Amino acid sequence: MFSELNSRARGLLVALAMLLLVLPFIASNYVLSVAVLILYFAYTGQAWNVMMGFCGQLSLGHALYVGLGGYTAAALFVHFGIGPWAGVLASVIVCMTAGALVGFLAFRFSIGGVYFALLTIAFAEFTRIGFDHWQWLGASGGFFLPVSQREVSDLVNLRGSPTMFYYIILALASAALLFSTWLLRTRVGYYWLAIRENPEAAEALGINLFRYKMLAVLISAGMTSIAGVFFAFYYNNLFPEQVFNMGRSIEIILGPIIGGVGTLFGPIVGAALLTLLADGITELLGAFGIELSGIKQVFYGVCLLLVTMFLPNGVWPALSKRLGVISNRNDEE
Amino acid sequence: MGRPLLEVRGISKRFRGLRAVTDVSLSVEAGHIVALIGPNGAGKTTTFNMIAGVYRPDEGEILLDGQPLQGRRPDEICMAGVGRTFQLVKPFAGLSVLDNVVIGALRRHADVATARKKSLAILERLGIGEKSEQQASSLTLPDRKRLEVARALATEPRILLLDEVMAGLRPTETDRMVAIFKDINRETGLTILLIEHVMRAVMALSREIHVLHHGELIASGAPDEVVRHPAVLDCYLGEEAV
Repeated sequence: MFSELNSRARGLLVALAMLLLVLPFIASNYVLSVAVLILYFAYTGQAWNVMMGFCGQLSLGHALYVGLGGYTAAALFVHFGIGPWAGVLASVIVCMTAGALVGFLAFRFSIGGVYFALLTIAFAEFTRIGFDHWQWLGASGGFFLPVSQREVSDLVNLRGSPTMFYYIILALASAALLFSTWLLRTRVGYYWLAIRENPEAAEALGINLFRYKMLAVLISAGMTSIAGVFFAFYYNNLFPEQVFNMGRSIEIILGPIIGGVGTLFGPIVGAALLTLLADGITELLGAFGIELSGIKQVFYGVCLLLVTMFLPNGVWPALSKRLGVISNRNDEE
Repeated sequence: MGRPLLEVRGISKRFRGLRAVTDVSLSVEAGHIVALIGPNGAGKTTTFNMIAGVYRPDEGEILLDGQPLQGRRPDEICMAGVGRTFQLVKPFAGLSVLDNVVIGALRRHADVATARKKSLAILERLGIGEKSEQQASSLTLPDRKRLEVARALATEPRILLLDEVMAGLRPTETDRMVAIFKDINRETGLTILLIEHVMRAVMALSREIHVLHHGELIASGAPDEVVRHPAVLDCYLGEEAV
């Protein structure tokens, strides 16, 4: 990817990387918490994008993987004293299994398009209901991780300062970007794009649709589960009504949609825009003493409306032209 | 003479009682170019789709080099060495022309760089090399037909099924396309089975012609015999076409 970027783009990227690296030293805790949120959504957006943006399989239930991933690592930590680094492995396995189940049912029995999307919602929803009644994991009352003094950063147990969490999510988001970039340059990436563009033609070119769609779901679910582990250890609490909520799934997909589905930088740009604007408007309204519940949702809706009306391919394709960066072939669509 | 590369034995297909193809048998020798002609709705594309694995024949067998193909998935049949184009072109519209072909080439060359090199050569050969960086959706219909051929060729098939790739081409373009297929056939020994309405191309290319009418094979043989066959004249060609 970086070899295809022109010097201007590379310069911008380096500047952005530098800024992100020094951010904890120059920004307040509030700014840092917003940055964590942006990077979190950049990461989950990148994970969702693998399935929808690359392979064309619409998931509206990615909260399933966030929730399962978070609960798995948290349960291992609280009940068995197993640290998050081993826990994340378990989470990835659990979520890939869940993804395999969804994928198998859908692709084996040719459930496509909107019906596939409905299936992903259904899995997230009944998992939410299941967790609501699972006493061992706190049921609907929530599951809590022990909160300790955040003075010394304990990387092994992921107990520490916001700065530590910031660097972790920065590393995750960067890794996801590099991973996606690499994926698109492999045979698998090309095959996914073929399936997204025209499954029938893809099949005629020797592509096993079941295998490659399954692979997209597994990778996407595995990546998302890591975000779940981060979520659990960052917030220290998990409520089924929250983590498995369909609203969470929608939050995950809004970033890449606003930024540009199928592009590499779209999820990042989308996450930044949405988080900054949503926080900005909450602040602004707060400053005027206006308190309206649901204003953020209304704002999301309006934003989505405007982008789909004026930038149907997302913000990033237009923005990259404006910035004069020659980007990856898939970012040019 | 050894056994034919492709052998179709008595295949039939019904769609809810409508007999699309009835008891069709034909064989294609390795290295030959064979045409399948007939009026619209004669069952040519259905026959193709059965060979390519889109439909499973209700009866009969399809053998590639002695190995049965019927009942296998399209991707498996491609892997076995059958390349195909679609009558209604199906480009990967959002991708570049080159990437369209690269996806086909990746079937033989897992390495993307090699696949790109091979793909560029194929695009050059088909005369759309200078359009390789364009998005496939920006191509004209004749170029999209060329892209279909390029993509199928990139899978390096043993037999290529061409479904009306000359339709919509001007006579000079048709002649160029015919020359390309003749060259490839001569150089690589690629076997071709083509469905075609453009008789100019059929006569110039094929060594053997099979004629379908109402789902049944009514004539088979060398081109000049077939076009004089009374049943063929009757149902399809009409006197002015000869």
